[in-house]
Amino acid sequence: MKLHEYQSKQIFAKYGVPIPKGRVAATAAEARQIAEELGGRVVVKAQVLVGGRGKAGGIKLAKTPEEAEERATEILAMKLKGLPVRKVLIDEAANIAKEIYLGITNDRAARKPVMMASAEGGVEIEEVARTMPEKIIKIHIDPLLGLRGYQTRDLALGIDLPKEHWKAFSKVCFGLWEAYQKSDATLAEINPLVITDEGEILAVDGKMIIDDNALFRHPDLAEMRDLDVEAPEETEARKYGLSYIKLDGNIGCMVNGAGLAMTTMDVIKLYGGEPANFLDIGGGANAEKVAAAFRIILSEPNVKAVLINIFGGITRGDEVARGILAAMEEVKPQVPMVARIVGTNAEEGRRLLANANMITAETLVEAAQKAVAAAKGGAQ
Amino acid sequence: MSILVNKDTRVVVQGITGREGMFHTTQMVAYGTNVVAGVTPGKGGQWVLDDKIPVFDTVKKAVETTGANTSVIFVPARFAADAIFEAADAGVELIVCITEGIPVQDMMRVRAYLDQKGSRLVGPNCPGLLTPGEAKVGIIPGNIAIPGNVGVVSRSGTLTYEVLYAMKLLGIGATTTVGIGGDPINGTSFLDALKMFEEDPQTEKVVLIGEIGGTDEQKAAQYIADHMTKPVVGFIAGQTAPPGKRMGHAGAIVEGGEGTAAEKIEALEKAGVKVAKHPEEIAHILKDL
Ligand SMILES: Nc1ncnc2c1ncn2[C@@H]1O[C@H](COP(=O)(O)OP(=O)(O)OP(=O)(O)O)[C@@H](O)[C@H]1O
Ligand SMILES: [Mg+2]
Repeated sequence: MKLHEYQSKQIFAKYGVPIPKGRVAATAAEARQIAEELGGRVVVKAQVLVGGRGKAGGIKLAKTPEEAEERATEILAMKLKGLPVRKVLIDEAANIAKEIYLGITNDRAARKPVMMASAEGGVEIEEVARTMPEKIIKIHIDPLLGLRGYQTRDLALGIDLPKEHWKAFSKVCFGLWEAYQKSDATLAEINPLVITDEGEILAVDGKMIIDDNALFRHPDLAEMRDLDVEAPEETEARKYGLSYIKLDGNIGCMVNGAGLAMTTMDVIKLYGGEPANFLDIGGGANAEKVAAAFRIILSEPNVKAVLINIFGGITRGDEVARGILAAMEEVKPQVPMVARIVGTNAEEGRRLLANANMITAETLVEAAQKAVAAAKGGAQ
Repeated sequence: MSILVNKDTRVVVQGITGREGMFHTTQMVAYGTNVVAGVTPGKGGQWVLDDKIPVFDTVKKAVETTGANTSVIFVPARFAADAIFEAADAGVELIVCITEGIPVQDMMRVRAYLDQKGSRLVGPNCPGLLTPGEAKVGIIPGNIAIPGNVGVVSRSGTLTYEVLYAMKLLGIGATTTVGIGGDPINGTSFLDALKMFEEDPQTEKVVLIGEIGGTDEQKAAQYIADHMTKPVVGFIAGQTAPPGKRMGHAGAIVEGGEGTAAEKIEALEKAGVKVAKHPEEIAHILKDL
């Protein structure tokens, strides 16, 4: 789950990372008021969960409260990379002497957190990573030991940070590490971490991604979820413990197991169709879950056929079929349904479904071919 | 022969009195697995499954009393890391964690600790292990596979069942099936399993079922190219998955253009692996090998 800049920076501040004075506003009038309170120059910053806001025109300097109001009016009317701007952050403008990059993420291959710093911070960091990877200094953190002081000095040396800033930099590193660890983040990033003309260190941008699997122990963070970034069906699916991702095709899919669900999409494509979604109903195809899955799949008007692929395993095939029939009773789908059930008593399951006018198949390839044909309105 | 588990494996089930734990213990015992103990904190002293299996409060007690050498974990995600630490601390050699949804930072600590202790972990978020005809430790349905000479290693659950079943329909059996799990940080990797299959005299061919996300398959491909003498058949799920989205498994996400199906398939094919277009084709390729 991604957090907004203002949310991320509040968390950083809690762990001792200095951030500019500022507040978030939902209207231009509020923006003006905050600018008045802050006095002096401010930055008006779009709060949307996409990268590259500055380059896309979502970050503007304002010298007066009137200007802040004008910039906020403009930015609040924008869409950045398809997402509406609903809030702006009004921050005191810093007098920037230098921009540094500092971030922590999970290094999957090393199975450890990695902390990264670069003297070339700012909006071009992706370009730096691509063309001059040696300019990004990395240290791995032992998950049992945590960040150690000498490691922050390794980073400071690596980015040629003047010695007078080491102490403050080290404090920021520890603050970021704590924020990452205590929030179960998979990414905690400050870009840029600036050194001001006055010689202070300040995190002017902040980004965090929280591990969805850890939200059970962070109810306060779970509440920060911004529903704008996901399709409403994805939100609905989460309520039922379904894993759903909307795609562009016209063949709806309902599958048990993530790997098999991806494979079902792949096989549909292999036989000339386009999947309309990824949907993993997880273990146990009970009627309630299946009905929710049907509703979510069919809420997409593009869907011209649905492919159900359930590998029963220990669950009996006829039980799965009864669950599907009960759900059909409730949802009454109007498009052709192709079902493939494997497992104990699968023949009985297929017979039950065929009696209910469903198209049945024995193998995945056969099911995919039938679904593709049905979606094209062809022979069954 | 087989790898990791066989008829002599002595299994302790962590979370045995829970719904999942009880159900799958019944299935494991029915398959012939030697389940010697269960653990549920606070329920020590009880007996389950027609009073055949003793329940202990701690893994340590279970191991001391019954000589269990393998644990299988069915506890909820929020307690799962602790359960793994406990098993490792009690000296259990092989820990199979079925639980899905363990926070990734928990798993980083678990891995660091296990590397010190020397216990092997399979999973988490996995279907476990099956040595057909001998033992199943986990949740793989026993009736979908037959004994044979193919080693199977996979990141997925039901997709693995699909492959085992397609193999069975053609009369092809498995030595052992290893579900390594769909999480970004896990215990046993493809590489570890391939090494074990390469050394196992009864395994003659190997099936590797990967998916998008991470670089584990690419590392496996390197090992296959450099060291494997046995033929490997591969499959990669997620060719049509959009980047940046988590496809059910926490580990199945293409990040920054890395971990795509295309690059994995290319790496495997370069290493001489025959990559199937769909799961049923795996069985046909095996038959012709
Ligand atoms: N409070 C501030 N004072 C002065 N300059 C600022 C301030 N905030 C941002 N800037 C300038 O604007 C640039 C872009 O801002 P910021 O890093 O917050 O957004 P971004 O990186 O473009 O957005 P994203 O994080 O979405 O990629 C900074 O590199 C910095 O030069
Ligand atoms: Mg930035």
